[in-house]
Amino acid sequence: MIMKKRTKRMSAIILGMVGAGIAVYLILSAFENNLMYFYSPTEIANGDAKSRESFRVGGIVVENSISRSPNSLEVSFVLTDLKSTQTVRYTGILPDLFREGQGIIANGSMGSDGTFNAFEVLAKHDENYMPPEIADTLHTEDVPSQK
Amino acid sequence: MIPELGAFFLILSLSLVLIQISSLLIGVLSDSTIWINLGKRALYVHALAVILSFILLSYCFATNDFTVKYVSMNSNTLLPIQYRLSAVWGAHEGSLLLWIMILAIWIVAFAFFSSSLPKKFVAWTLIFAGIISLGFLLFCLFTSNPFIRQIPPPSNGADLNPLLQDFGLIIHPPMLYMGYVGFAISFCCALASLMLKEYTNQWAVWARKWTLLAWAFLTMGIALGSWWAYYELGWGGWWFWDPVENASLMPWLVGTALIHSLNATAKRGVFAGWSLLLAISAFGLSLLGTFLVRSGVLTSVHAFATDPARGIFILLFIVVVVGGAFLIYGLKASQIDDEGYTFASRESYLLLNSVVLSVVTATILLGTLYPLAIDALNLGKISVGPPYFNAVVIPIMAPLMIFLGIAPLARWRRDNWQITLKKLKLPLLGTIFFSIAVLLMLVENLTIMAVIGTVLSFWVIATSLTTLISKENRTSVKRLDGVIFGRTIAHIGFGLCVIGITLVSYYESTSHLKMEVGDKTQLNDYSFKFASLDDVKGPNYEGVKATFEVTNNKETYQVQIPAEKRFYNTRGMTMTEAGIDAGLLKDIYISLGEKIGDEAWSVRLNIKPFVRFIWLGAIFMAVGGLIAISITPKRVKA
Repeated sequence: MIMKKRTKRMSAIILGMVGAGIAVYLILSAFENNLMYFYSPTEIANGDAKSRESFRVGGIVVENSISRSPNSLEVSFVLTDLKSTQTVRYTGILPDLFREGQGIIANGSMGSDGTFNAFEVLAKHDENYMPPEIADTLHTEDVPSQK
Repeated sequence: MIPELGAFFLILSLSLVLIQISSLLIGVLSDSTIWINLGKRALYVHALAVILSFILLSYCFATNDFTVKYVSMNSNTLLPIQYRLSAVWGAHEGSLLLWIMILAIWIVAFAFFSSSLPKKFVAWTLIFAGIISLGFLLFCLFTSNPFIRQIPPPSNGADLNPLLQDFGLIIHPPMLYMGYVGFAISFCCALASLMLKEYTNQWAVWARKWTLLAWAFLTMGIALGSWWAYYELGWGGWWFWDPVENASLMPWLVGTALIHSLNATAKRGVFAGWSLLLAISAFGLSLLGTFLVRSGVLTSVHAFATDPARGIFILLFIVVVVGGAFLIYGLKASQIDDEGYTFASRESYLLLNSVVLSVVTATILLGTLYPLAIDALNLGKISVGPPYFNAVVIPIMAPLMIFLGIAPLARWRRDNWQITLKKLKLPLLGTIFFSIAVLLMLVENLTIMAVIGTVLSFWVIATSLTTLISKENRTSVKRLDGVIFGRTIAHIGFGLCVIGITLVSYYESTSHLKMEVGDKTQLNDYSFKFASLDDVKGPNYEGVKATFEVTNNKETYQVQIPAEKRFYNTRGMTMTEAGIDAGLLKDIYISLGEKIGDEAWSVRLNIKPFVRFIWLGAIFMAVGGLIAISITPKRVKA
């Protein structure tokens, strides 16, 4: 029962389509749940992010805005895009490159008190590096994108 | 003087590539051996010039020549010599030169070891290889020349990014590039066979070893990157689904499909068209990876300076090379004729897994490019995170592992279910036995995914071992056939890797807390004591070293683990040096967060079961690939 060229090609096509179908289904359902949208503090202030359960916010950490709780790893700080600000609360260990004046991204959701509760804080691994998302929202001339 | 000489050699190598391409073309079209030989000579001298250029750049780093802009950006007089040399490929320009040099070495190696192949086939392969070299040399000279001077020079360099001052950086990029660039050989061989409309099956025989070698390097390169991230980034992750990681994983997945498909084409004359497509895609994805990393469109540790000109150049280059390759395929591939095979034959399983690997690659590609497309269309800024990749890739890989177990036990060409099933009895029993044993140990906190992952891994390992004692392979095993042993070792490695991934993902314990010197805490069966805190000073950094005493409850395990926090003065960067007590069955991983108040530090404690299996498995895979190349049995007459 050696398969002839045509049957073989057909079976390959059918297999491919079944595989692709399963993949498309998995992708669509996974996409639905796992896309993270990015907003700047201004966009949040405008209410653009209201409908989102969880999203990312990015900006520069405002000088002297970092405050720590004395007994736990809870920390709060303010992010700015030079137009609006957003307070972020986070419990855990901050990345090495987190500091005042540094561009960072926080993943999390909005609390009822208007504070952003982050479950993850990301800073990039180069002190000159500015995530493109933040560079765009800043629209400033002196964004150091070149090393 | 020295930097100018380096740039001169680059320009020289560019003109030699032009000679290489044109004389080979003349040689092929006019059937003239003299022209072909001239083209080869040009290739050898070209490679020499590239290597000299690379050595001269290294010399600039070794002698701290800060008049060279690239050196002053990435080095410093205080930087130890081994890091000064590896800083050559620490940023964009130099890593591009490394890429070009490795490409030249691959091509020369191919030209050198292909004297037994048809002249025209070799010539066409070298023409396409020359076109790729040409593209990268133009890119290097016009957008990223590493030898550009800056006068007056700064008094000292800006130093290398501290994250890259590490053994991992010395070897990770060269290994990865050896893999990426190596796929250029299979790519060029595929195109050569298409141009000649001949050798549609033989090219697989000729390209097989080169592809396996490239694949083995890529495997090691990815594993090294993962290991480096694990101990250097300080939070114990080993894979982040970062776009740049994906960029290296995609060629690996397609490359894996390619080495299997090439084997089938070489041995049985099947999947000829499919092998060609995979060879084109594997290198196309390598180029795409380069584009993603170099263009600055991505947010990543690997994304160097953003320069739109570079991105556009590489994008155009990809379009030309990959588009041209697919065009050649479309025009010339119509008359490829495959041998037949039945449904239950080994060919079917190989085809299935090829499809699965391609589908996985496509889903990763989508998740990686989708955010870029949405951004380019101004539809908002989104990111596709690890949950997406985990949700998609893991379920698709499950059937792959089932077929992976069956394929080596099924016969080529024709087989039927009953016979294959009979052979699967033994590994099935083994899998059930081991799975029950292990699951009983974990019985308190079983999760369905962990069970599936473990069982499938055992299945892969058990079936692989069974191939060694199966009747068909007895003679091959006796003759120490490298293909059989290499395959078995690589498949076992894959199983080990999946065991590691599964167990560390589901049974890792983590604790983040605030500790002062003298504090004690408990995590699982281990107690951690913050024993001491000392100042340390390195050649180009200052920092503190915390020592933790870790003991288990039975007191059979007792170690001191140092974890450091370093401050690199030149760049003003803080770095975490995690303290790791590595073990085959588990790692204890401690890293310092930051100082809180006067005395206390935030501390991250981790127990990571079986995390070493991930890299051990990768080593097995790479070694398996190398064995399959190096040991060939004596030919038996068909």
